[in-house]
Amino acid sequence: MEIPYAIHPRPDTGLYNAKLGIWLFLASEVMLFGGLFSGYVLLRVGADQWPHGWLNVTLGTANTVILALSAITTLLAWVACKVGQFGKFKFFHACTLLLALTFLGIKSYEYHDKWIHYEIKLTDGTFADGHMRENDPSKDYVKIEGRIVNDETALYDLRNQGKIKMAEMEIPRAQIKSMENYGPWHNTYLALYFTLTGLHALHILGGSIVIGYLWGPGRRMWKTDHERFTNRIEVSGLFWHFVDLVWIFLFPVLYLT
Amino acid sequence: MSELKTAEQHNAPLTGESQSHGRPVDFHDYLRRCLYIFIAILCATSLMIWISYLPEHYTWAAKVGMILAVASANAFVVAGFLMHLISEKKMIYTVLAFTVFFVIGLFALTLYAMHDFPTGTTH
Repeated sequence: MEIPYAIHPRPDTGLYNAKLGIWLFLASEVMLFGGLFSGYVLLRVGADQWPHGWLNVTLGTANTVILALSAITTLLAWVACKVGQFGKFKFFHACTLLLALTFLGIKSYEYHDKWIHYEIKLTDGTFADGHMRENDPSKDYVKIEGRIVNDETALYDLRNQGKIKMAEMEIPRAQIKSMENYGPWHNTYLALYFTLTGLHALHILGGSIVIGYLWGPGRRMWKTDHERFTNRIEVSGLFWHFVDLVWIFLFPVLYLT
Repeated sequence: MSELKTAEQHNAPLTGESQSHGRPVDFHDYLRRCLYIFIAILCATSLMIWISYLPEHYTWAAKVGMILAVASANAFVVAGFLMHLISEKKMIYTVLAFTVFFVIGLFALTLYAMHDFPTGTTH
């Protein structure tokens, strides 16, 4: 039995099944991210201090441009489907996929940068902060490229500190009271950063798999059922634009404010 | 690949134009429109960054307000033109109206919770 309105729109709503389905899914996604954003607001307003300048704005901007460009290419891939130009469809969909992978690459670099960034509390009450260069348990010292500050609060706001001078230093383990990297456990800000961007990155990854499938094996449907294939491209494109929309708010909230 | 070429010949519209929302789709028209949208997104992103570097006499709240206003305008461009929300079906608007209602409720609950926010979230 053929499922009605799987390809052609239902006359009264003007929508085919998958399009209504994706919009209902996106509505649930809005609630998911809405809940996380409202949690962010609650925790931020309750905080006495909030880190500033911890993220690389240049990389965040690059990712914004990359995602915007990928939103454009996914739309153009759909238009190419509509007008029946297979070559253009393949080109623009490949561009979307490459841009998505570039986005994930930059995000991975940012995560790695935080992962190897350590705050080390020393026995004399000062703090060493910087990127771990050597942490061999068999050696009685750790080597970081960073700086020493007297007060932990000096590490919160990095916006007006100009170019911070970093030096490579060896810290004897005997002088280390505690040591923690800038992972999600470090503080509320990083917990929110990793949760929000991590969930967003998972959406990018999921979208990339779908786009990759439609660009690769899934494109056989161009021949067998062109209209249905175009609908699939439209639906995957709507999801992709939503992912771009979320980033439009994530970027200023986490990188700029 | 030859199969796909055949498919193009058999299934695709012959005129290079098709329909979307009852209007013909023209590739070059879309390309031009996309260029404008991309420029608008770049401008909005640049503006947000510029606002974030405004001098200290602008309060944090003012900066956040301005940045979120620009981000919302940016989101409107993406949702309106790239997702075609500006000319969507009534059913989609109905779904989104419910979504907006519940999201507002979600944020209202957060605001309400300000009387009892968790302490100790130092940074």
